Amino acid sequence: VTVTRSSRHWWSATAGRPTASGPGRVLVAVYAVFAVSAGARAGVQIATRFDEAPVPYLLSAFAAAVYVLATIGLAARGPAARRLAVVSCSIELAGVLIVGTVSMLNPDAFPDATVWSFYGRGYGFVPLVLPVLGLLWLRHTARPAGALRDDRRP
Amino acid sequence: VIDALAVALIAASLALAAWGLLMALLGRRPGMTLLAGLGVLEVGALVQAVVAVVVMISGDRPEQLVTFLLYLVASLVVAPIGALWMLAERSRWGNVVGAITCLVLAILVVRLQQIW
Repeated sequence: VTVTRSSRHWWSATAGRPTASGPGRVLVAVYAVFAVSAGARAGVQIATRFDEAPVPYLLSAFAAAVYVLATIGLAARGPAARRLAVVSCSIELAGVLIVGTVSMLNPDAFPDATVWSFYGRGYGFVPLVLPVLGLLWLRHTARPAGALRDDRRP
Repeated sequence: VIDALAVALIAASLALAAWGLLMALLGRRPGMTLLAGLGVLEVGALVQAVVAVVVMISGDRPEQLVTFLLYLVASLVVAPIGALWMLAERSRWGNVVGAITCLVLAILVVRLQQIW
């Protein structure tokens, strides 16, 4: 039996199972919470006291945008949504690692916390775990639906 | 705003979250207990919001008014949205969605207490 695969790598898969059901339903919920909270926080910071710490506040807004895109990518179906989810979760992981490291080395650069500073310590390190879970889930669901009938649990 | 109500809301949210996680571990589908619990939490959040608005109208205001109002609105919409998302998932993971909804509500109430 020959298995036709749309792509060699899971991250560039164009087929695959929907990402918004089963454990994915939980993932989308947590992403949505972060999209809304990071967005609202950045909005308030930029609207009321932008001059105090422009870089962290812009970073907050960028993080919020990434969470919004990841939420949409994971919640929607189809190859474009999957690609959006892979790219935004990857940017998110890079963001939390870079911003986390910079904030550890130079705490003065972050007078007011962003979601990603200190690896998301202010948010129970959820921002650090979330992109890892997101990418693992995308890899898990990258296989075509027919291939894992036995994998289904109630 | 009212300490006793906030404490009760936080405790009830955490208890219901624990229930949801337990049901998920047992492999159950989301049931009426979790749904009814979210309904009770929503009533509590509504009472808290009404009291807060009445106090604000009578003149007393939190320092960070906009932030407080955003958290107040969030505390009202989180349970209904979470319940719908939970009911959309007819597997054990629906219980986890319900549990997370409860945890988010608990965090929102804590933040409301911190702000005002």
